[in-house]
Amino acid sequence: MPSLVSHPDEVKVVSRRFGMGAAEIDKYIELDGYKAVQQAIANGPAWIIDTMKASGLRGRGGAGFPTGMKWSFVPKTSEKPKYVLVNGDESEPGTCKDHVIFLHDPHAVIEGTMIAGLAIGSKMGFIYLRGEYRYLLKIVEKAVADAYAKGFLGKNIFGSGVDFDIITQTGAGAYEVGEESALMESLEGKRGVPRIKPPFPAVVGLYGGPTVINNAETIANAPHILLMGGEAYAKLGSERNGGTRLFGISGHVERPGVYELPMGYSLRKAIYEVAGGIKDGKKLKAVVPGGSSCPVLTADEIDVGLDFDQMGKAGTMLGSGGIVVLDESVSIVEFALRVISFYQHESCGWCIPCREGTDWIKKTLTRVYNGGGSKKDVDNVQYLAENMMGRTFCPLGDAAAMPTLGFVKKFRKEFEDYIEGHKAGTPIITVEQLVGAGH
Amino acid sequence: MSTVANTIFSPELAARFDHLVTIYPLRRSALIPMLLYAQDEVGYISEAVVSEIAQRIGILELDVRNVLSYYSMLRTKPAGKYNVQVCTNISCMLRGGYEILDHCKHKLGIGHKGVTPDGVFSLEEVECIGACCWAPAMQVNYDFHDDLTPGKVDVLFQMYRDGQGKDVK
Repeated sequence: MPSLVSHPDEVKVVSRRFGMGAAEIDKYIELDGYKAVQQAIANGPAWIIDTMKASGLRGRGGAGFPTGMKWSFVPKTSEKPKYVLVNGDESEPGTCKDHVIFLHDPHAVIEGTMIAGLAIGSKMGFIYLRGEYRYLLKIVEKAVADAYAKGFLGKNIFGSGVDFDIITQTGAGAYEVGEESALMESLEGKRGVPRIKPPFPAVVGLYGGPTVINNAETIANAPHILLMGGEAYAKLGSERNGGTRLFGISGHVERPGVYELPMGYSLRKAIYEVAGGIKDGKKLKAVVPGGSSCPVLTADEIDVGLDFDQMGKAGTMLGSGGIVVLDESVSIVEFALRVISFYQHESCGWCIPCREGTDWIKKTLTRVYNGGGSKKDVDNVQYLAENMMGRTFCPLGDAAAMPTLGFVKKFRKEFEDYIEGHKAGTPIITVEQLVGAGH
Repeated sequence: MSTVANTIFSPELAARFDHLVTIYPLRRSALIPMLLYAQDEVGYISEAVVSEIAQRIGILELDVRNVLSYYSMLRTKPAGKYNVQVCTNISCMLRGGYEILDHCKHKLGIGHKGVTPDGVFSLEEVECIGACCWAPAMQVNYDFHDDLTPGKVDVLFQMYRDGQGKDVK
C-alpha cells in the first residue's frame, strides 16, 4: 500500500480526502461528496462549462489543454451518442498520481465523470484503468456499484430526468494506450494504434460519437471546482495555470511521494524542501520534471515555477507532474539508454519514424554504453531524434525524441568523455553486430 | 450467441462473460477485459481461449490474435503460479530496481520470462508500473510490493511459497 506523505506547503484540493476513508460512499458523502453534481444539475451545462473555464484548470495528463474549453468544443446536438472517457491508463514513467486518487478518492472520479457528462449532454462515461491497476479497478468497481445502489447513477440521477451510466474498463499493458485516440481504439477492443487527427475526439471519438476524454486527475478536480467556484480555484495557482496539482516526486530524494502543490510552485523548493532534498546528502545532477518524456533540466536550471507556461519557457514540459530527481552518481549515458529502451519497447510500430527512430537510437546508445561507440554516434542520435519530431500520428515519437535531445544536447560532453574513456581495446561495434543485438 | 455450449471456463467466469459482452455499445469492447480475465483463470491465452472468446464476441480468431499480440500483459505460454514483475524503469532504477531484479534472478534461478521448474514462480522485467514514489517496486500477479530491499524480497518469496501471499484477481 503506497504510503501517504504531507508537507506544510501543500494546498490540498484533489487530495483533500486522501487517507480519510472516502473510498466508502458514506464517508465520501459526509465529506461533501455528490453535492457538486447536484449543483451541476441545478445550474445547467452552460454554468458548468463557464465555471470550469474560470477555474483555469488545464489537462493534468500532460498536454495542459484548458478543460473548460475542451468540454465546450463538443457539439450541442449529435445524432450519435456522446461519451465521457476518463483516462486512468497512467503509464508515463515517473507518474503515480492517479494511483493514489483511485485508491483514496474513487468517488471524486465518478462524480467528476457525471459532471463532465452533464456539461456535454452525455449519458455514458467510461473509466479506463491500466491493466496493472487491478486492485484499484476493484476499488473503483465497488465505488461505481455503491453509487448505483444509492441511485446516484443509472436512471433519472438526482431527480434530474437525466440518465447516466458508468462502465469501468481494464487495459492489458500498453503505454501507447494513454494517448487519447489509442485509448478509444483499445476501448473498442482493438490494438491501441492512434488515429489521425482531425477529426478530434470532441467531434468523432469513441464509437464515432463526440467524446470528451480527460485524465483522471483532471476529472477528479471538477467536483471541487464547482463547490469552491472557478475563480477561487484559479487563484490557488499561477497566471493562466489555475489551481493545484499532484506532483509525484521520485528518484534520489529523501522523502519521495505524491504532494499537492499550487501551480507555479518552485521546482527547487519542491525538491529541496517538500521532498526533503537529495538523498544521503549527495549533489543534484539533473531533474526529469514531468515524466520521462520531458527534456531533462540540469542542476542549475531548477529555479523555475511548476506550471505549463514557465516549464515551457525553460525548454521542457510540466507533463504528468512526475518529477524524477537524479543525483551526481547517475550516468546520463545509462539513463538515456534506459529511457529510449522504454520508448522502443512501447512504440506500436504504426509510424515508421517512431518505430525505426526509437530502435536505432536504442541500438546506438547500447553500443555507446557497452564501450563500442564512436564520436559520431552522439551526432547520429541527435539526427535521429530530430527527424522523429512532429512526424508521427501520436506524441509517442516526440515523447521519445524530446528527452533524447535533452540528454545529448545538455550532457554532450559526458557522452563524448564516456566514449573516449571506454575506447581502449574495445573495437567499434559494427552495424551488422548491432542489428543482431537489438532485440 | 452470448452463451457458449461447451465452455472451457468456470461457470462463474462464463456467466461473467455472458454479461460482459452485453454492457457496451459494441460487443467487441469486451475483448481486452475478457482476454485478461480468461488468462487469470486459465494461466495464459491458449488456442481454446482464443477460439471461445472469438465465438462469444462474434469476431474472427485472427482478430483476437491481432489484439492479443499488442498488449504486454497477455501471454500465450503459462507463467508461474506467482508471476514476479520487477520494474526497472527510471524511478525504480534510481533506487535499486536492477539490484532487485538481479536478486530475484539469483534467488529464483531464472531469467527474464523464465519459470521455475516447480512452476511456482516466473520472473519478468517490466516497464513502469505506476509505483514511482514507492520505488523500487514490483508486482506479484496483481499485488504491488513497494520500497523493496533484497531482504524484503526474500520474505515475500517465502510467504508466497508457503501459500500466505494474498492474491488479488
